[in-house]
Amino acid sequence: MLNVALPKGRLGEKVYAMFEAAGFECPSIKENNRKLIFENEEKGVRYFWVKPSDVSIYVERGAADIGVAGKDILLEYEPDIYELLDLGIGKCRMTVAGPKDFYDDGVRTLRVATKFTHIASDYYASIGREIDIIKLNGSIEIAPILGLSDVIVDIVETGTTLKENNLEVKTTILPISARLIANKASLKFKAEQMEAIMKSMKEQVKAYD
Amino acid sequence: MIDENLLKQEEKAIYSLRSLYRKYGYLPFKMSKFEEYELYIRNKDFLVRDRVITFNDTNGKLMALKPDVTLSIIKNGEDTPGVKQKVYYNENVYRVSESTHQYKEIMQAGLECIGDIDLYDISEVISLAAESLAMISESFILEVSHLGVLSAMLEMVCPDKTFEQKAIRFIAKKNAHDLRRLCEEYGADAAAVDRLEAFVSTYGRRDEVIARLKEICPEEVTRELEELSAMLDNSPYSHRIHFDFSVVNDMNYYNHFVFRGFLDGVCDSVLSGGQYDKLMRKMGRSSGSIGFALYLDLLEQLPVTGVGYDVDVLLRYDESIPSQKVAAKVRELISQGFVVSAQKNVPEKLRYKLLMDMTKEGERC
Repeated sequence: MLNVALPKGRLGEKVYAMFEAAGFECPSIKENNRKLIFENEEKGVRYFWVKPSDVSIYVERGAADIGVAGKDILLEYEPDIYELLDLGIGKCRMTVAGPKDFYDDGVRTLRVATKFTHIASDYYASIGREIDIIKLNGSIEIAPILGLSDVIVDIVETGTTLKENNLEVKTTILPISARLIANKASLKFKAEQMEAIMKSMKEQVKAYD
Repeated sequence: MIDENLLKQEEKAIYSLRSLYRKYGYLPFKMSKFEEYELYIRNKDFLVRDRVITFNDTNGKLMALKPDVTLSIIKNGEDTPGVKQKVYYNENVYRVSESTHQYKEIMQAGLECIGDIDLYDISEVISLAAESLAMISESFILEVSHLGVLSAMLEMVCPDKTFEQKAIRFIAKKNAHDLRRLCEEYGADAAAVDRLEAFVSTYGRRDEVIARLKEICPEEVTRELEELSAMLDNSPYSHRIHFDFSVVNDMNYYNHFVFRGFLDGVCDSVLSGGQYDKLMRKMGRSSGSIGFALYLDLLEQLPVTGVGYDVDVLLRYDESIPSQKVAAKVRELISQGFVVSAQKNVPEKLRYKLLMDMTKEGERC
């Protein structure tokens, strides 16, 4: 049996649709109930929904053999897993954003508010800019408006929230999309089944393109 | 006599590993728990985690609780041309746990072969790594990679050193999509990128990997892999030794063959090793070396078959029964092979198979 960790929410539903189209369906997942784990014995798969930021933990620790996580999570937490496939969905960008009238003159330490402290630190280290990092857990956009920070490092999909708050993207750090990840040990012992899933998912990615 | 059933997984492993390594002439290497801190500062990147527990010795010297064994063995070992030193160890090391971010005592066992090593020694150490895993569980995979082959393949795509460093990170994650993007960024030739992608996606049975590599690499690149594979064909666990180029230890220290072992049921690799000639040069040694370590703390993750009870017989007695009689009954039951706990009252949490009540002579329930 292959355990698959899916991220709760819209992305997770899209991902499940890909697994279904790839031939690894599990009809019970669509029943409207409070169950957390769904199994299709015949296909040898067991799906479960977890918080998107927890998928990589389940996979790294081997509770899930494979899972789907955003590249942002993989870069932030650097879990020890295999990153097998770019699923090409859930596309967005990791960006530096700030008030439209803000200009970084490089004279003083830049105050950066973010959920992604690791990604932000790495990015500013790579350009040699000294920063003061402010770790927030949500509503990041409010930080520069209230003067808590100069800029934010956050994910931008359409940019609507930024626009509505008079903010704009200053720099794109990197593109983000959903990745199929695998536990390192599982890939050795369930190689055949995981290779089969990867192959079918690759075809799905091509079809979505 | 030692009752093996009472030993923990890691204790059993140490017991059988010692006898295995002794058979091949490896000698025990005993070392102090402490080492001068300077040794680790000079070789910081070689350590799995760079944080070390330090303290001042009575003479003021800064000391460390050992976070690694290999560095100590090289430091204290011989370096005479033509001589080979083969040692094994089981030692505790002290490292920061990745999950709790706190210091942890980790039990490690392993061996090192230092000196004029040749193909025989390499195959011996890799076979012993496989046999070590087999002693713990029959269901294991040992993956072997060759950093020289990997380097040669990357150089064919782009000779830039920064490209190599970035590409290796993707290869370790089996991340072919970002590797391709990186190659494109460095303006690599499309045919070379296809070859590299085919190379990193090739893993598994050694004969299959070699056959595939012959289609995409020049012969001189694969020669050492072929020679080793032929030697490993004689190992009793040959079918469990695979090739996989995503095994990439730090190239500043390791060269040639590197390997990693996995056990079914343990989520991380339990064995890690390779040839570390570059580390030897950094430490002023002229000879070669190969070795591996087994992380025995991870064996806790292996499923254990619970017995379901703590004792066979719970022997109940009270003040009316003479102690001599209780002692005689306990001895009698033990001689029959039972595990016995003599108690006046039945403890709430003690799980027993049979209750024998001496207060109601002859009665069993």
